[in-house]
Amino acid sequence: MFQKRIVVCLDVREGKTTKGIKFKGNVDIGDPVEMAAQYYEEGVDELVFYDITASAEKRAIMIDVVREVAKRIFIPFCVGGGISSVEDMRKVLLAGAEKVSVNSAAVQNPSIISQGAQIFGNQCIVLGMDAAKDAKMPSGYRVVINGGRTPTDFDMLEWGKEAVKLGAGEIVLNSIDADGTKDGYELTATRMLSEAVTVPVVASGGAGKPSHLEDVLKEGKADAALIASMVHYGDYKIQEIKDYLYKKHVPIRRII
Amino acid sequence: MIAVIDYNAGNLKSVETALQFIGADFKICSKPEEIKAASKVIFPGVGHAASAMENLKKNGMDQALREFAATGKAFLGICLGSQILFDHSQEGDTPCLGIVPGDVRQFPKDLGLKIPQIGWNTVDFIDDPLIKGLSKEASFYFVHSYYVDPLDKAHQWGSSNYGIDFCSAVMKDNIRATQFHPEKSGREGLKILKNFLNWEV
Repeated sequence: MFQKRIVVCLDVREGKTTKGIKFKGNVDIGDPVEMAAQYYEEGVDELVFYDITASAEKRAIMIDVVREVAKRIFIPFCVGGGISSVEDMRKVLLAGAEKVSVNSAAVQNPSIISQGAQIFGNQCIVLGMDAAKDAKMPSGYRVVINGGRTPTDFDMLEWGKEAVKLGAGEIVLNSIDADGTKDGYELTATRMLSEAVTVPVVASGGAGKPSHLEDVLKEGKADAALIASMVHYGDYKIQEIKDYLYKKHVPIRRII
Repeated sequence: MIAVIDYNAGNLKSVETALQFIGADFKICSKPEEIKAASKVIFPGVGHAASAMENLKKNGMDQALREFAATGKAFLGICLGSQILFDHSQEGDTPCLGIVPGDVRQFPKDLGLKIPQIGWNTVDFIDDPLIKGLSKEASFYFVHSYYVDPLDKAHQWGSSNYGIDFCSAVMKDNIRATQFHPEKSGREGLKILKNFLNWEV
């Protein structure tokens, strides 16, 4: 049976995993390579690493992290953050990632999606999209960039559809309003996007307990649920979350 | 020595790291004479069938692969490397290697499912040395829009469901091929690769 995925997200700054609330006040919480290996052992389905390093000269550290992760985990993983050219994509993919995620750079230059998809295949190119509630937008959600700091003129739904046309093979929809709150995912936006596009949608932002994943995978029609805080601080184990979802009849990969 | 075929079709890195992890004796090969010298072949790949066939034909790798498959030595295809073993692919209307009779078809678009299939799925296997020690509940990682359809159902090693039942693993004499990525399917996937190392056809 085809299964819904649980994706653990690690924000990496200068080689360390960090976590903030609503994109602010990040603190270091561990070594990304060790954390990735731990989650792999626990049975997570996929990992995402976001490079939130501020300066360009420190980006090389991220490539080393990717290379080390690739040697330790044998499940797919995606790398995003600061990817703004085909060359950036190539570096990350050659270091061992399956997918690259583009976010702000794709809003500023949408052709990066089509260029990447042509060279590496649609399955490699993930659109990361940060959306904030905004009644003025047609879908009710506005795309924001630069880690939530800069509003754009893009509507969440329109941009999602456009990115798929350009060649994005998957979309990670992150709700700025829900991010880090542990109050649950943004179900309305997730369902709206998932029903409108032909590619998988990964819901992100707001997970605090296993029932939140159930909600977004059932009601929100997400294909995968991204989690961070709820496992990074030891509140829940991957196994616990999977057992819960299994009992609730969400098709999920069993840990053997 | 296992020859891992490099024909410029992506994801070689993940196959390479998985083989290193399990301690395989392998070499990345892109020349026909290197294939001839190998004891086993792993034929991975992600990408488009037409460009893959074009790359293979450039230096006679297509013929070298057909000849190797006919020697009876162990051969493992993965993902695109499974699809282009067949006669023909709908992707780009591409004539393929013709090692396994049958066609490669696109998932119907009216199933109400996302295409490509990206994610984990279970496989119902016919028993085989390559799945020794695997749990029946094991899941494997898939990324694909096309699936193989063997002409002879005896060549179906495993089946999965994604809106329709489709052939997710292929067996023919010394050849095994998986639509999923064993190198990205966690511990259970690595077991298949280990079993392939130990497989005596």
